[in-house]
Amino acid sequence: MDPALLTLTELRAALRRGDTTSLAVTQAMLDRIVAYDNDLFCYLTVTDEAALEAAAAADRRRAAGEDTPLLGIPVAVKDIICTAGVRTTAGSKILEDFIPPYNAFVIDKLTAAGAVILGKTNTDEFAMGSSTENSAYVTTRNPWDTSRVPGGSSGGSAAAVAAGLAYGALGTDTGGSVRQPASFCGLVGLRPTYGRMSRWGVIAFASSLDQVGTFGRTVTDCATLFQVTAGYDPRDSTSLDVAVPDCVAALTGDIRGLRVGVPREYFIEGIEPEVESAVRAAIDQLAALGAEIVEVSLPHTQYGLPVYYLIAPAEASANLARYDGSRFGPRARGEDMIDTVERTRALFGPEVKRRVMLGTYALSAGYYDEYYGRALKVRTLIRRDFQAAFAQVDVIAAPTSPTTAFAIGERADDPLSMYLADIFTLPLNLSTACGLSVPCGFDSRGLPIGLQLVGDTLQEARILNAAYAYEQATEWHRRRPPDPIKT
Amino acid sequence: MSLTREEVAKIAHLARLALTPEELEHYQDQLSAVLDYAAHLNELDLAGVEPSLHAIGGASAPRQNVMREDVITPSLPLEDVLFNAAETDQDQFLIQSVLDE
Repeated sequence: MDPALLTLTELRAALRRGDTTSLAVTQAMLDRIVAYDNDLFCYLTVTDEAALEAAAAADRRRAAGEDTPLLGIPVAVKDIICTAGVRTTAGSKILEDFIPPYNAFVIDKLTAAGAVILGKTNTDEFAMGSSTENSAYVTTRNPWDTSRVPGGSSGGSAAAVAAGLAYGALGTDTGGSVRQPASFCGLVGLRPTYGRMSRWGVIAFASSLDQVGTFGRTVTDCATLFQVTAGYDPRDSTSLDVAVPDCVAALTGDIRGLRVGVPREYFIEGIEPEVESAVRAAIDQLAALGAEIVEVSLPHTQYGLPVYYLIAPAEASANLARYDGSRFGPRARGEDMIDTVERTRALFGPEVKRRVMLGTYALSAGYYDEYYGRALKVRTLIRRDFQAAFAQVDVIAAPTSPTTAFAIGERADDPLSMYLADIFTLPLNLSTACGLSVPCGFDSRGLPIGLQLVGDTLQEARILNAAYAYEQATEWHRRRPPDPIKT
Repeated sequence: MSLTREEVAKIAHLARLALTPEELEHYQDQLSAVLDYAAHLNELDLAGVEPSLHAIGGASAPRQNVMREDVITPSLPLEDVLFNAAETDQDQFLIQSVLDE
């Protein structure tokens, strides 16, 4: 048995049967990280000692009869989620030596479920990006083609799971940062409804949009991680006090009579023909499984990008005001307090500076109504689009991204072209919907293509089951990228 | 719309960012391009449209003010709170003086 080929769910079964131990598979994962991560750059920090200790503890717990959902299973965590005592950088030099004093809620949930955390994965700085090229540390490589980006901002998590350097991972999705890298890396990535996942201990980017999401190689893996980490947390005032249904048990694969909406605005000029044909074939497959396909309209889709690039930077400019060198991070001492703050904040990378300035401008006196105020109103129209669509259908099916993974450097200094990578994912963040990406094919270069399934508020179980039905009828999720060739 | 160099410098100062002359020039072009893109929103008639002030709302998941019981619970240990600070003094964060003598 090659442990790298198992899914999370298969590993769980193997551990239950006693075919292997957590210590053995954790060591195997750590060995693979040593062997391959110098080529892929998924991890910013590997917590090998803590992982081996957690694995040994998990094996003892299992021997004592315990069987929690992730007992002994090695996973990875995006480095924007705080881990007590373990450096958490948010991909930024301004948090280079930041050691959080407490765990994020989702980390406590993972460890309570028995998970073994292998380390912290690379991200665009403060999750601002679509490729990991905005990380202050390193650009993660796409395991399917190491000259290409893994997507972002949760690209380190996606690449780690795709490359068999973790069995699942957590990311965050503010405008597509789980779904888009899942699409680029051939994974299942879920962005739950806003409020499903506590953001306690998650470093803030844009607070009305941020949400923790989960990556798996299969729908079941992704749903298992969601099930474990979702739930109400009174410490996050945006956390929803509603029960999380058993999404894993709800994976029946029966989608007969499911009404699937296809938004005409998502099949536009600029979408790669191979992406369009793969997504249309996937929709045909859903029909063959008994779903009813309905054309729907989300007429304000084209305004999602400009709305997002006013609201997200505005919120970011406020959230990132805290990085002034007083309470955490390095301090570049200047002539006086203001000078010190300005010099310290020069440690931000180019994209963060760009967005902080954009947000500062959009919120500034005289421009608030013209930019931020207007964006909030168009956000209402985008929400109404989704509400009207969900009055007609149960699930919306669309491409996750208009292209497959692009080459490293191709869009790095052209912000607008980079922002276009998220054109199909970010409208969801402006609404109250939930969504996921599931593999639906490969282009002629062998790069994965993702099908996006969007559900109404709190309907994660429904979209996961639709994705499961599709996955069970196809073979895409069984493909694995080759291990990097050692040079 | 096109931002002037002076406007970019003013925004940078409001955002408390020290920029090099090269950065100022670079951002002048890039911010102008993004604001041009944002101008697409002017195409829409927004009369009578309410702004979305909350991230989530509606009958399925109302969220307005969230209050908790006023109960004292333990805070983080002081040494944990101060651990990441660049400078501390007498169990406090130390910053440069803000007011003149």
